[in-house]
Amino acid sequence: MKQLLILSGKGGTGKTTIASAFIKLAGAKAFADCDVDAPNLHLVLQQAVQPKRTDYYGMGKGFIDIDQCSDCGFCAENCRFAAIKWDNTYYQVDYYACEGCGVCVEICPVQAVSLKPDIAGEITLYANATVFSTAQLKMGSGTSGKLVSAVKKEMQMAAPEDAELAIIDGSPGIGCPVIASLSGVDMVLIVTEPSLSGISDMERIIRTAAKFQLKMAVCINKYDTNLSNTQKIEAICEELNLPCVGRIPFDTEAVKAINKGQSIIDIDCAAGRSVKEVFNNAIQVLNNSGGI
Amino acid sequence: MGPTKMKIAVLSGKGGTGKTFIAVNLAAAAQNATYLDCDIEEPNGHLFFKPANLQSEKVTVGIPFVAEKLCTGCRQCVEFCRFNALAYANNKLLIFDEVCHSCGGCILFCPEQALTEKAKVIGEVQRGISENVTVLTGMLNTGEPSGVPIIKKLLEKTATDDGLAVIDCPPGSACVVMESIRDADYCLLVAEPTLFGLHNLQMVWELVRLFEKPYGVVLNKCLDGDNPAEEFCREKQLKVLAKIAFDADLGRLNSNGIIAFRANQKYQKQFAQLLQAITREVQHETAVNP
Amino acid sequence: MKIALPVDSNSRETGICPSFGRAPYFLIYETETKKSTFIDNSAIASQGGAGIKAAQVIIDQGATILITPRCGENAAEVITAAGIKIYKSASDSVADNIAAFTQGKLTVLEEIHPGLHRHGAN
Repeated sequence: MKQLLILSGKGGTGKTTIASAFIKLAGAKAFADCDVDAPNLHLVLQQAVQPKRTDYYGMGKGFIDIDQCSDCGFCAENCRFAAIKWDNTYYQVDYYACEGCGVCVEICPVQAVSLKPDIAGEITLYANATVFSTAQLKMGSGTSGKLVSAVKKEMQMAAPEDAELAIIDGSPGIGCPVIASLSGVDMVLIVTEPSLSGISDMERIIRTAAKFQLKMAVCINKYDTNLSNTQKIEAICEELNLPCVGRIPFDTEAVKAINKGQSIIDIDCAAGRSVKEVFNNAIQVLNNSGGI
Repeated sequence: MGPTKMKIAVLSGKGGTGKTFIAVNLAAAAQNATYLDCDIEEPNGHLFFKPANLQSEKVTVGIPFVAEKLCTGCRQCVEFCRFNALAYANNKLLIFDEVCHSCGGCILFCPEQALTEKAKVIGEVQRGISENVTVLTGMLNTGEPSGVPIIKKLLEKTATDDGLAVIDCPPGSACVVMESIRDADYCLLVAEPTLFGLHNLQMVWELVRLFEKPYGVVLNKCLDGDNPAEEFCREKQLKVLAKIAFDADLGRLNSNGIIAFRANQKYQKQFAQLLQAITREVQHETAVNP
Repeated sequence: MKIALPVDSNSRETGICPSFGRAPYFLIYETETKKSTFIDNSAIASQGGAGIKAAQVIIDQGATILITPRCGENAAEVITAAGIKIYKSASDSVADNIAAFTQGKLTVLEEIHPGLHRHGAN
């Protein structure tokens, strides 16, 4: 089963809109939402079955037993994350700042501190004829790379035998979750928009993805909002020897479709027509056995 | 605008709603202000401000360094490290800088004191001036696990400032966002009129209430027709401070990195009004909750 | 000598696990006694650095050979530092891989994939 990941660097360029269109166009039997911080794919691809929900455990959080605590303050002094504070009555761990390193546990002279298991999110898997894996990271959690890997793994394990292509909706940025989503995929499609921010973020994500051995392609969404920047992007792609698989116009009909929970190819609109061409070109790149 | 000591955090949950557009223009609308770009993975404010007189400061975290002669191979550090940044093979301690979360534990607990700290650069903070705005940009190096130290550095730099600070937050609601709003006096939630926008607005709404921050909403990119975010605000009685209509001309200005407040009278007025509205809210809040 | 293989379960019919760092178990095969032992991979619960921890696990078991479909660069660094040779698995079957290794038919694993945490430079 080949895996196509959709990334953007910048948020709001249209990753999820395009991913949902690709899933429908490909008739993909396996897909995943790796934007675990702010998942949106499920809003457009409503599922009929009851999902399997799994708790995702994070690092563990420090907990001070105030009955045992001798108020020495060693834990607070040595916490590099400023996660332990004196509360006027006792020392307390700031749940959101705590990174679960365990220094407080080890340093406490009276063994008053322990690490408690922490549910940092939830993985949801819809599995019947198609498989959809997604997750939601709890607010304030960090290091979601592992959760992204878990989402992909759930999809891979539950995917039907005859699933040929999996589509993965990625997260914005260039951090750990993005790196985790890149691992093991066959191709990444970078969705960008013709703004200075979009170009800057596109260049950062290209540099990040280039460290992996995989095929890369770029498509320009809302291209007609700034034609000169669109041309700039196409020139950058040519310079970097990256295939530009198409342009999609800004389309208010697309917004209307999304707000109804539909994909842009479910209605007749300009964006929908263009995304079909982008899809065909992207698949060609994916199946191209030669180098890019 | 008189000098008001105030920290406004602009956040949205979802990327691309216009956080940077609003944060940049709010800062531009003040008599003088500091703009902090806390979106350290993809900072964009500097593309609009094009700050001059740039000064850069590296941000480092502490990483363990082993004095091999002192190491006895007891492996206490390997067993202690919850991030698996240490391994012991062939009588040598291996340290993985990019996996280390700089908790300092291994250094503290080594019975032979064979571990000391060295600095590792994880990013930088850039400072520059653009007319009335001091621009502070945080940048995280690719793949680093945590940008929190950079955000802390950015906020440290404005801790003693008396004037207005506008904090451009990262998207989402993860720990970097929490760090960005920690010191904020007011949170401005930016929402776009789509289903996705609404879903993510709900997330940051929960976040600001958890941190007990006063907040208000700006509805951005408003089109004719359904606005799920607006309906939500009406239903849950969230205060909407401004509605900015979708405007192709504005889109073009933004995509070319032009600050609307400085280029266009209509936006000059709109942002001056928004800043006034926020100031009123903060002053009201201070009066009610001193 | 001891050969380590990442496996999906701790039963005799188990197949090779596609991941090294997060394999639920390792099978340790003793070539002299022809005995197999399953050991839990404690790295599986790790937030990050799973490959590093898994490498430590097989080093501590005294393995000198690792047969795996994939290996990340951090794990590879630890494993190589310990003098363990990494071979690329040829199929999903434990028995076939051990036989292939014994007959000298397995190749050294060349493609080490980047770690899930990257080195500095922008």
